[in-house]
Amino acid sequence: MKRRQLIGRLRATGPRRRGAVLVTAAAVAAMAAPALGVGTAAAHAARRDALHGVVTIGASVSLSGDFSATGKTTQQGYEAFQTWANEHGGILGHKVVFKFLSDGSSPTQVTTDYQKLITVTHVNFLVGPYSTLLTKPASEVANRYHMALVEGIGGGPSVFEAGLHNVFDVSASAIYQGISFAKWVAKVYKPQPVAYAAITTPFNEPIVTGIKKYLDSKGFTTAVFKVYPLETADFTPIASAIAATHARIVAIGSQPPDGEGLIKDFVSSGYNPTVLFEVSGPDQGTGFVKAVGKQNTTGVMWPNTWYPGANEGVVNTEMEKILEKEIHVKSVSLLSANMAEAFSAAQTLREAVDHIKSLTNVKLIKYMHSSSAKFTSVQGPVCFKPTGQNACARPFVFQWQHGKQLQVLPPTAPGSFKVMNPKPKWGQSKY
Amino acid sequence: MLVLQGIVDGILAGALYALMGSGLTLVFGVMEVINFAQGIIVVLGAYFTYTFASHLGVDPFVTLLLTIPIMFTLGYAVYMLLLRPIKRDRVIMSLLVMYATAVVIEGVLDLVFGGTLVEVTASYGTSSVHLGSLDFPNVYLLAFGLSAVLLAALFWILYHTKFGRSLRATTQNLTAAKLVGINVDHVSALTLGIGVGLGAAGGMLFGMTTPFNAASSYDLISRLLVIVILGGFGSVWGAGVAAIVMLVIEDVVAVVWSPVWGQTVFYLVLALVLMFRPQGLFGRRLARAQ
Repeated sequence: MKRRQLIGRLRATGPRRRGAVLVTAAAVAAMAAPALGVGTAAAHAARRDALHGVVTIGASVSLSGDFSATGKTTQQGYEAFQTWANEHGGILGHKVVFKFLSDGSSPTQVTTDYQKLITVTHVNFLVGPYSTLLTKPASEVANRYHMALVEGIGGGPSVFEAGLHNVFDVSASAIYQGISFAKWVAKVYKPQPVAYAAITTPFNEPIVTGIKKYLDSKGFTTAVFKVYPLETADFTPIASAIAATHARIVAIGSQPPDGEGLIKDFVSSGYNPTVLFEVSGPDQGTGFVKAVGKQNTTGVMWPNTWYPGANEGVVNTEMEKILEKEIHVKSVSLLSANMAEAFSAAQTLREAVDHIKSLTNVKLIKYMHSSSAKFTSVQGPVCFKPTGQNACARPFVFQWQHGKQLQVLPPTAPGSFKVMNPKPKWGQSKY
Repeated sequence: MLVLQGIVDGILAGALYALMGSGLTLVFGVMEVINFAQGIIVVLGAYFTYTFASHLGVDPFVTLLLTIPIMFTLGYAVYMLLLRPIKRDRVIMSLLVMYATAVVIEGVLDLVFGGTLVEVTASYGTSSVHLGSLDFPNVYLLAFGLSAVLLAALFWILYHTKFGRSLRATTQNLTAAKLVGINVDHVSALTLGIGVGLGAAGGMLFGMTTPFNAASSYDLISRLLVIVILGGFGSVWGAGVAAIVMLVIEDVVAVVWSPVWGQTVFYLVLALVLMFRPQGLFGRRLARAQ
């Protein structure tokens, strides 16, 4: 419609209808602009390109709320990458600068944060927040602005079920994370009752249900399966219910602090399972040791794609040294796996951008989906399925053994140590 | 037997929550201030205990000799410096002041300790007394004992001292208390000091039973508020009963059925109680309006 015709039509309508037409037109334009990749996105791209000499990467991190412990370690992983990248030529020769916003562990705030990072801060690239719960809304915002979201700590099924093409998870996805453990249990133990518990988050619960499904198919039975809400503060009844079953094998879809709390309750009640698997908590390095006491760590297992001291090349060693120096830990064995997951996300992003030699997110997304795109991260190889999951990830299981975090499963994988089985009784870790 | 274990767990944990909630309800009773900072005050107490116990190498219970006076002073100072100057819209402004205080304390704790979860440890903290098939974790038994002692001391202060009479008079009618010559500001400051001091004791026990960081205060304050609402705002006795009722319901439902339903069932009970007794189990109906 030509401008003069439009003005004529507006004049012909009453003021109320005219207002409605204008509002509708504005709303349609506002909705269409990001969808068509014009206007707003183009303006942002222009502003981003105007930032000479610096590549900015935006991330929302949980510095308060339920994920504050792990949110902080996520930020430390990104900061370690920033240090490392700038010591090694940055990205495309530009200095790397991270822009952080805090989301208070809230899905609502994380949406606002990524919106702000894109439209106000005008970052060049985005990396993910902590948890599946927060990654899902973050990926939707990024998708609206045709920006890639490279992440390492949001591998729950719901992130990939949305069918977005801009989200890339560099870690092993939730559904694969417990399988190595389940296969090992089925091989080593005769069918028997297994006790399960899981927090109701979109990452943790699917891992435990995956283990349960596999073990059920092998003739194992369920002694108890307690699902508990995120805000649970008193873990005693859950521990009591599990202890009452006397199950020898326990698998818990935990995250800090419930994994630690349950261990403490098991210790005080004298309940000693021979196999204890926790999804998250044991991977928190020094945080886990402080919470449960170093004498109670040995034998506890957890799934992941990285552990401190992992034999993943020069970059891994450099990352561990940076982290050791920046956060003043006494030993690299006390580092949190979140740090490596965050570092891996940024590392993969850097590798992809250096390959396409462009700061354009559309090109980046296209390249990362291509079959030729293969990356090397501190967690191991990375390549992506059309859904964004890492098809090359190695779902390892680790175990605390006398103060060290060791890769134990799959048993035949290079670098795997022997599983300590049965888990020694509480209080018997040797240092 | 599992039900019995649930009841035991609920009573022992309930006593701990009763102690943590007593400060909140006491402060409301005297000042009509909903102390939104009570959650972070408990966490602050836990951090004080953690720091003193790990650096001085003393038993967590011994640290109370330091933490209670420090926290009492903090509470007294908060009243004198932040709450007393409020002359208008006192209820809403004091609510905001306490919320701001909570945010500041949380920020400082995050800055000093980071987000890493920590726990107060003691040699007896990981053993239990076994009676038949029932477990009584030592740390919860000690928490129960300390809560009982401190709450008994609080009742003695409230009902057998001149300060207690002044405090109860202030609770019943602020204006009348002023008219009979009670220094309401002094009583209020002491009350906030006691409330925060009780938070220190609660914090020590909380830190011994649960790994914590500054963010733990959010779940705590919501639970404490629910306990105080069920018990009746201003009623220390009510907070104690409500805490035990809440934890027993939650724990029994959690062990027998599901932890998800534990909280749901408790909130259903809360809704039913408030339908018939809007002032809570032991609250006084519109006491201040009389």
